[in-house]
Amino acid sequence: MLPDERGYYGAFGGRYVPETLMSALEELGQAYQSARADERFQQEIDHYLSHYVGRPSPLYFAANLSREAGGARIYLKREDLNHTGAHKINNTLGQALLARRMGKKRLIAETGAGQHGVATATAAALFGFSCTIFMGSEDVRRQALNVFRMRLLSAEVVEVAAGSKTLKDAMNEAIRDWVTNVEHTYYLIGSVAGPHPYPLMVREFQSVIGRETRRQAVRLTGGLPDYIVACVGGGSNAMGMFSEFLGETKVCLVGVEAGGLGPETGRHAATLSRGWPGVLHGSLSYLLQDVHGQVLPVHSVSAGLDYPGVGPELSYLKDSGRVLFTTATDAEALDAFRLLCRTEGILPALESAHAVAEAVKLARTLTPAASVVVNLSGRGDKDVETVAGEVRQ
Amino acid sequence: MSGGRIAAAFERLRGRGEKGLITFVTAGYPNLETTRSLVLAMADSGADVIELGVPFSDPLADGPVIQRASQAALNTGVTLAAILALVRELRRETGVPLVLMSYFNPILSFGPERLASAAAGAGADGLIIPDLPLEEAGPVLELADGYGLDLIPLVAPTSTPRRIAAIAAQARGFVYCVSVTGVTGARSGYSEKLAGVCRTVREHTRLPVAVGFGIAHEDQVRVLAPHADALIVGSAVIDLIQGTDKNGSVSRVGSLVVELKQLLQKL
Repeated sequence: MLPDERGYYGAFGGRYVPETLMSALEELGQAYQSARADERFQQEIDHYLSHYVGRPSPLYFAANLSREAGGARIYLKREDLNHTGAHKINNTLGQALLARRMGKKRLIAETGAGQHGVATATAAALFGFSCTIFMGSEDVRRQALNVFRMRLLSAEVVEVAAGSKTLKDAMNEAIRDWVTNVEHTYYLIGSVAGPHPYPLMVREFQSVIGRETRRQAVRLTGGLPDYIVACVGGGSNAMGMFSEFLGETKVCLVGVEAGGLGPETGRHAATLSRGWPGVLHGSLSYLLQDVHGQVLPVHSVSAGLDYPGVGPELSYLKDSGRVLFTTATDAEALDAFRLLCRTEGILPALESAHAVAEAVKLARTLTPAASVVVNLSGRGDKDVETVAGEVRQ
Repeated sequence: MSGGRIAAAFERLRGRGEKGLITFVTAGYPNLETTRSLVLAMADSGADVIELGVPFSDPLADGPVIQRASQAALNTGVTLAAILALVRELRRETGVPLVLMSYFNPILSFGPERLASAAAGAGADGLIIPDLPLEEAGPVLELADGYGLDLIPLVAPTSTPRRIAAIAAQARGFVYCVSVTGVTGARSGYSEKLAGVCRTVREHTRLPVAVGFGIAHEDQVRVLAPHADALIVGSAVIDLIQGTDKNGSVSRVGSLVVELKQLLQKL
């Protein structure tokens, strides 16, 4: 679906930002509409997606994992095989090309796990932008490999020590930088969050995932999948996958949030499962907050899901019932990480491992006549230290 | 609607041919008792309007000084309800116009109608909501009007003439012109677009124009005052509170207000 002209999906979305940014958002909205209608722009994106990112990414039948689960056939959409190792690059190339079209010279971005930071720094290197990435100091610590990669790509990485020192605080600081440098800087948001038109734009740049999956599923299985499972932090991989299937009501869509130490412990990042509507980072959406409207500290073993907000379209899809949301705990994600390594020789990102955990649970309740597609949104090389640490504990 | 304490304050200033001074403190920093003393001291020292900042966990339009003050205030457990109780208390002791400055989420959480009613009932005069731009402000404006609170909008150096016209058309109390493209906090420069922005605002409204963000020094006051009916000083006030006790901060802030006020009276 398309949001209304004010950027609302039902009751969710909008533009809740300081006045300083409003003209920039209007300009961005117009530039995006004109780019979207320009065939040459689309061809340029397609060119980079196939020759630089390596698309289409395979839809892989995970026979061993399916056997181990003992039920439905499980397929993996291999976004982990993209250049830079995650789905994030689909969006950063699109937005970087848009920024170039708008004549901007500098890209800034927030990052949690570092995958979006790496993908932004990569696009900046490719197209010749200067680049600053904001990252919480807690994430700098747990995702050291990605920090090193960003610096190799000539990006400046700014450690944010405020608040919970994670993705939320990185995004606060990126917005403050944008408020200050809005006239020449392009803010490249990595999720389907933020003020309109970001949720729409990021979803559309990511929707190549779902379009490919539809064609591949039909080719491989003769029909559409019965279930599609994706992890949800801000929601970019989930929306990139789901948007193609929203009208296919026989396809059951499942979003998996970070259950952390258990949703009942309060130490989780299960925004849609445990939050209620609020305003953070420019849009009205489900939010993990206290009764006074202060945003709560959240927890997940995976830095990319460690975020108290979620994209507004996902809030809409939760309330409409079109997408079902569930959680996987840190422990379940770690188990799924090891299971996929052992059975298929694939190291998933800890974010994606949450989706794998749910897919295995779900497959067990089904027969081999059913198919479950998992959006394997990223690879797990960045997480091996975290996993090793968890194993030692 | 306008016609309340804010309008009266600007009316008095106009009568005296004087520029006004608006000051800001984060409510509950370092505690509500100090905030109470600070507000009374600022009012006694000549502040024409006082903004009470409602602390928020994610103040994305604020620089480090107000961020730290907000976090410190939250750590003491300050809530919007407690700040409203403070407003009620202050209103018994001073007639200075009081404006609540809050990000939208604490208001949304409290309930916009409940807030408008409680704020007006406590004796507050206006609201400033930095992350509630024109396009999103409609329902709150209606509530504020209904309860007699001024919803004071912000205009930025990046605002287009079309936006300025639309903002001015639904402004109440005064128009808050942001002096820089940036977040709050002391700095030396200001936007070269400011004078033009203030002029454009005046083409569309007879309401007073107040200029704020980054004002800390005498030379800035001299340069900016000619464009404005009032200047807003925030982070510079908070800076004086940091690292001192209640009596120290009250006397320091009182002297700052006296100094700035004298300077403005001489211009």
